[in-house]
Amino acid sequence: MFVAWRDLRFARGRFVLIGTVVALITLLVGFLAGLTGGLASQNVSGVLALPGDRLVLQSSDGAGPTFGQSEIMDAALTGWREAPGVTSVTPVGIAQTRAEADGQHAAVALFGMPAGAAASEVAALAPTRDGEIGLSAGAAKELGVSIGGSVTVAGAEYRVASVGADVWYSHTPIVAMTPTAWASADTVLGGDGRPTVLAVSGDADWSAVAASTGTSVATPLASLPHLETFRSEVGSLGLMIAMLFGVSALVVGAFFTVWTMQRAGDVAVLKALGASTRSLVRDALGQALVVLLVGTGVGLLAVVGLGALAGSALPFVLSPLTTLVPAFAMVLLGLVGAAVALRPVTAADPLTALGSAR
Amino acid sequence: MITLDNVTLSFADGASRIVAVDSVTLTGRPGVVTGITGPSGSGKSSILALAATLIRADSGRVVIGGTDVAELSRSDLAVLRRERIGIVFQQSNLLPSLTAREQLQVMGELGGAGVASRRRAIRARVDELLDAVGLAEHAHKRPAQLSGGQRQRVAIARALVHQPEVLLVDEPTSALDRARGVEIMQLIARLTRERSTATLLVTHDVTPTASVDEWVTVVDGRIDAGALAAV
Ligand SMILES: Nc1ncnc2c1ncn2[C@@H]1O[C@H](COP(=O)(O)OP(=O)(O)OP(=O)(O)O)[C@@H](O)[C@H]1O
Ligand SMILES: [Mg+2]
Repeated sequence: MFVAWRDLRFARGRFVLIGTVVALITLLVGFLAGLTGGLASQNVSGVLALPGDRLVLQSSDGAGPTFGQSEIMDAALTGWREAPGVTSVTPVGIAQTRAEADGQHAAVALFGMPAGAAASEVAALAPTRDGEIGLSAGAAKELGVSIGGSVTVAGAEYRVASVGADVWYSHTPIVAMTPTAWASADTVLGGDGRPTVLAVSGDADWSAVAASTGTSVATPLASLPHLETFRSEVGSLGLMIAMLFGVSALVVGAFFTVWTMQRAGDVAVLKALGASTRSLVRDALGQALVVLLVGTGVGLLAVVGLGALAGSALPFVLSPLTTLVPAFAMVLLGLVGAAVALRPVTAADPLTALGSAR
Repeated sequence: MITLDNVTLSFADGASRIVAVDSVTLTGRPGVVTGITGPSGSGKSSILALAATLIRADSGRVVIGGTDVAELSRSDLAVLRRERIGIVFQQSNLLPSLTAREQLQVMGELGGAGVASRRRAIRARVDELLDAVGLAEHAHKRPAQLSGGQRQRVAIARALVHQPEVLLVDEPTSALDRARGVEIMQLIARLTRERSTATLLVTHDVTPTASVDEWVTVVDGRIDAGALAAV
């Protein structure tokens, strides 16, 4: 790294420029990843927090199952309850509507589920009496109510029994009620009061039970694509992130290609003086690594700073998954780009150093 | 000590081959400056490239300090160049980002993360060498801040960092004015004697001021014995 460090200092302007580009791309990727994560969590955190190892959906019209269309028939419910190896079955009704409290309105997701289901953030919201509801933190905030307050949903008034975790379903905060209260609310909203999804646990032959009951079953994570909004949203944002990764690898690769081509004469001289190709390659990659680490480091700091500012206004998630992982991928892809640019280093002919055409 | 023994080198030229060096035999002895001269295109630089192990001969042997270079792998050749051969190019070929002192220090880094004791030894030698070529005061300057003659002095000092047995120099004065050229030639001659290097020096300057001990004239890739008398 003897020459690499001095080159970095000597051609400071150029390296600052490429470092800035890396930092900006990191910022963009990090911001998009944070936003994707934030949007996704507002979309799916409720589904992921349902109390079961597997989620069961049933579609009546023969099309693929979706959370929006799913309805669990009584026979399917009984089939799952009696299936060998299934230790718990929690029917959960899901409906989206508006709620009102003291003149404040908010779109909410009504989750009807029995109290005392296996511990989970959603199950913990479930009230014990039909006249009560449990609010997620987001719902309580948007409606401006706290425990003891009253909320009107689908024409009926409920007392707030608890305020719990910040769980969401399809961009609306979750409001939990008893299965009975949910069924009557769903009927008012035009449904037929049947549960939407079964949260099941145990150690069963899942696909066999699903086949015999005419339902489909998947882990909570694998069920997410059945959420209509999830696929398009994560798909398009994910595509943008992937494209940015591609751009960054190209930019860094192109920069180091031009840079090593400009240095080809120096590289030939160093080889003629007896430098091993390995030490030259290590120098070149080390130089790229320094630029990438500094660039992504600065970009990451900007993401964390901006994310903290944006967090209150936008659905934005700051987690290792949305910051460190993309930054790591940036460094890796940049190094791949720089490695592709190594050809002039390995190919440089020391004989050319003797010529006068330098 | 360096010996070229009946060495031939040819380059592909379309379908045929150009013979650049034709059955050349010559010896460079410690403490002696051997001048290689001859018309343009006669093969002088090619002889130097062979001696520098930058290219392999078609036939014949190149022996440096008892080692036949044909037996060495590419990476072994790099080590040989690094440790036993000093090269001074026609252009000084310094690295633009390094100061004069660093141009010499870098020689200790070419093999990768070298042994620390060896690096220390080289650092100690760097100041002595800069002094020997009269550049102690310019050690902190980059090539762009040095004159052509000063750059060539740095290049000479760089070639001597590893205390090589063989010093190869290709037209070191072609970019310099006459007075500067004579100084550089005298410097090379002095260092050759002080450090007992076997020096092969390619030059067009065949006047007595060229500070050359023995002459070899190359014509069309061959050593021309008759031409020596003419000098
Ligand atoms: N890399 C190469 N590829 C093909 N031909 C070459 C190469 N290097 C040299 N030659 C040819 O070999 C012959 C000798 O060239 P060389 O450079 O050794 O001459 P020279 O004596 O150093 O000339 P000058 O005094 O002009 O520097 C020339 O005909 C040249 O065209
Ligand atoms: Mg030449």
